[in-house]
Amino acid sequence: MNKSTLTLIALVPLAYFAGYYLTSTATVAPVYTAEVSYSGSTSASGNGKKSVLNSMPTGTVHAVKDGQLIMDAVKAAQPGDVIQVWPGNYTETVYIDKDNIRLSGVIVEGKRPRLFGDGHLNDAILYSGNNIVIENFLITKYKGNGIMGQAGNNFEIRNNIIEDTGVYGIFPQLGENGIVEHNVVSGIEDAAIYVGMSDHIHVANNEVFDSVAGIEIENSRHAIVENNFVHNNTGGILAFVTPGLPIKDTVDVIIRNNWISNNNTKNFGAEGSMVAGIPAGTGILIMAADKVIIEDNLILGNKTAGIIITDHQNAPNTTLDPESDPTPDQIMILNNLMYNNGYDTITEAKVLLTTELKQGNPDILRVGGSNNSCINNPQQYISAGVGDWPACGFSNTDTIVNYLLDEPAAPRSVAVEDKGKYAYLGICTGCHAYTGRLIGPPVQVIQSLYMDDPKALADYIANPIKKREDYPAMPKQDYLDAETRKAVAEYMLSVKN
Amino acid sequence: MMLSLAAALALNTAVISLNSQCPPSFELTPQNQCLLVTRYDHYDSLHNKGVGGTKTALPKGRDGFSPQQIDLGRYLFFDPLLSANHKQACASCHQPSHGFSDGKALSTGSNGDIGTRSAPGLWNVGFLKKLFWDGRADSLEQQALIPLFAPHEMANTAEQVLADLASSALYPELFRQAFPLSTELDLSQVATALAAFQSSLISLNSKYDHYAHGYQQALNDQEIKGLNVFRSFVARCAECHTPPLFTNQQLAVIGTPEPEGMTFDPGAGNSPELSKLRGGFKVPSLRNVGRTAPYMHSGRFATLEEAAEFYSKGRGHAVPKGEKLLLHWHIWEPKLSPEEIQQLAVFLNTLTDESLMPVVPAQLPSGLPLPAELTTPHDHKGSTE
Repeated sequence: MNKSTLTLIALVPLAYFAGYYLTSTATVAPVYTAEVSYSGSTSASGNGKKSVLNSMPTGTVHAVKDGQLIMDAVKAAQPGDVIQVWPGNYTETVYIDKDNIRLSGVIVEGKRPRLFGDGHLNDAILYSGNNIVIENFLITKYKGNGIMGQAGNNFEIRNNIIEDTGVYGIFPQLGENGIVEHNVVSGIEDAAIYVGMSDHIHVANNEVFDSVAGIEIENSRHAIVENNFVHNNTGGILAFVTPGLPIKDTVDVIIRNNWISNNNTKNFGAEGSMVAGIPAGTGILIMAADKVIIEDNLILGNKTAGIIITDHQNAPNTTLDPESDPTPDQIMILNNLMYNNGYDTITEAKVLLTTELKQGNPDILRVGGSNNSCINNPQQYISAGVGDWPACGFSNTDTIVNYLLDEPAAPRSVAVEDKGKYAYLGICTGCHAYTGRLIGPPVQVIQSLYMDDPKALADYIANPIKKREDYPAMPKQDYLDAETRKAVAEYMLSVKN
Repeated sequence: MMLSLAAALALNTAVISLNSQCPPSFELTPQNQCLLVTRYDHYDSLHNKGVGGTKTALPKGRDGFSPQQIDLGRYLFFDPLLSANHKQACASCHQPSHGFSDGKALSTGSNGDIGTRSAPGLWNVGFLKKLFWDGRADSLEQQALIPLFAPHEMANTAEQVLADLASSALYPELFRQAFPLSTELDLSQVATALAAFQSSLISLNSKYDHYAHGYQQALNDQEIKGLNVFRSFVARCAECHTPPLFTNQQLAVIGTPEPEGMTFDPGAGNSPELSKLRGGFKVPSLRNVGRTAPYMHSGRFATLEEAAEFYSKGRGHAVPKGEKLLLHWHIWEPKLSPEEIQQLAVFLNTLTDESLMPVVPAQLPSGLPLPAELTTPHDHKGSTE
């Protein structure tokens, strides 16, 4: 049946119902397979790496339909499972404190599952697990962040649309080995995409606009920002060292092949935030970061300057932190197409140009110190503060496809015996000494009772019953999983002192 | 033959023995060192900073002390012999029943002087890289001696501490056991022993920890809601009180009010060149925070709810007129609802774990009685020998 004909002849509610009926029966659920490349290709593309995960999901697929809670599926999911969210409205905060979960929206005829914060929910998606994929959502009207990672490694955040959502659109923090790609993020009062204290990161092919900052790489190392469309923000792409954080530096950042245009939006950042001091009309802003390469970007129509490079002393809102180096060193500016920047610049920029007896609209401004920095073909730009920088000695970064890890960051491998040992020392010894009375009976006594039967001991600790008149009842240790309970029972029966 | 301390005191004999076993959560090595072992050893952390999410390793803790040093430190910690007038011990302001703080806004010295700051709790203090509210000490050893000699705290002198210890019937022998390679008792041994004992105050088996290690049922709905407010980017608590220790160990200027009538405390920013840190204090760990009321560096807030509410009342609302502070960027106006503040308090109480509470000595090597504040009955656990 031709659906458009149906829509034309039916009442709107009926058409909606019919459409729903059709999609729910006729649409085939997506399959999750490895990427396949066009077979005619002989050389690797610059966009070669598509995944930081080793394997496709093998577990159960939990389908979530409109009217259900995504969190119910997350709670039921085991590592390796897929949570497949179908189009509909979901007003909830999704939190994933598990490993190996793929949270995957299903797009049906252009309709995405919509996470709707209704202006009162804090964050849309929080994860702390490793190997998390989040894809294909529309996220809007949350107060905090769209997608926030806290220490998960090997993450992929892609194909999401995030609109008018709080402080950060996408914010992986304290993780390593992650991809943020093909997202459209707008209307964010800090950074649309903010990589904080993370290593080995790839931010590519995103569109970010109408936000205070487009893409921010902060206190992070080994990051590539490429092929993004960054427009109509206050500042386009930032590479920062923010002092006062536990990880102290930003090193090895490549900003290449981005389209950074018309980032002239009035700053609407929160008072005191690091981005609140960015002058509207800044294309790229480097603050105290080291080893930053700026290559082959289109930098157009940013009214203050195309590129600003500053140390902490000249930046507003930065605190004092003796452990963080305030100077941006080894900044490497290769060829970039810069046009029509700096046409309505700030007074400080004009002063800087005047001190070098220059006039015109600045493409590049550097304030404060910088060591061992370089620039290719500087004559093409109107600049201040980079006149004494030598040429770079190289002209592209083509050999660096990405800074992602060759293999996923592996969890620390822990032998089963060690699990037993950690639990024994960390938990059991609080109440049981080897000899002599503590809160519970001595380990020697337990050993004599359970000598050849660790399973009985493992079962007992999950569900203890009071056995001894002269000792308090033992609390349940059922929060230890079965494997750990068995391991700790075996360990306890084997200790010698 | 080894005698117990009580018997030794009664017989006035020096043949007593310190514990030769490590405290719980420490493993004894053949070299007679106690090494920390916890369930967080399952995990890593970025650059080994010990900050992250649920399954993140701890920062490197202090360990490697001998069982005897730890046990000697325990006696010293509770012994008022270390104060000038023999009335105040470390434990007077760091009481086991108050999470090793004292339940007061401002602490009182041995001569009755009221100090300017609140005694911090000591659970997990061995993981901290900087000590004191303003972060001015870099090690437990450096920190340990300062309150002994501060006039408004224990008011002692190095000479008197050493003389009192040397003339005690039992301490010289205990120091010989703890420091067998040293020929005489010195202050660095006092500092080492106090550091050793404090490094043994481990609290890592709370309901939150059960959840973090993967037991989903450990937290109920309200507690989970509180956790999600805590780590949300609206409240932003976890940005500085970062798991697993619930501190990122940085200094932060947040602009809390002092108690009525008290002058503004510049904290770490106490000189013109440090003006950017004016009003800055160390981010405290929130482990066992349910035990350490009142809150903040000068104890202005009586409850966890009041402390949480501070962050929701607007950036700089309590900064005195005329003070120019560079407030931390995460201090903003999250507009938390009363329910969310309640949920935060509920969650913070899931960080309570006192299962590895050390034993308070029933008898002290000095023969002095335990300070009075430690012998008044209280309503929860804490055992004595």
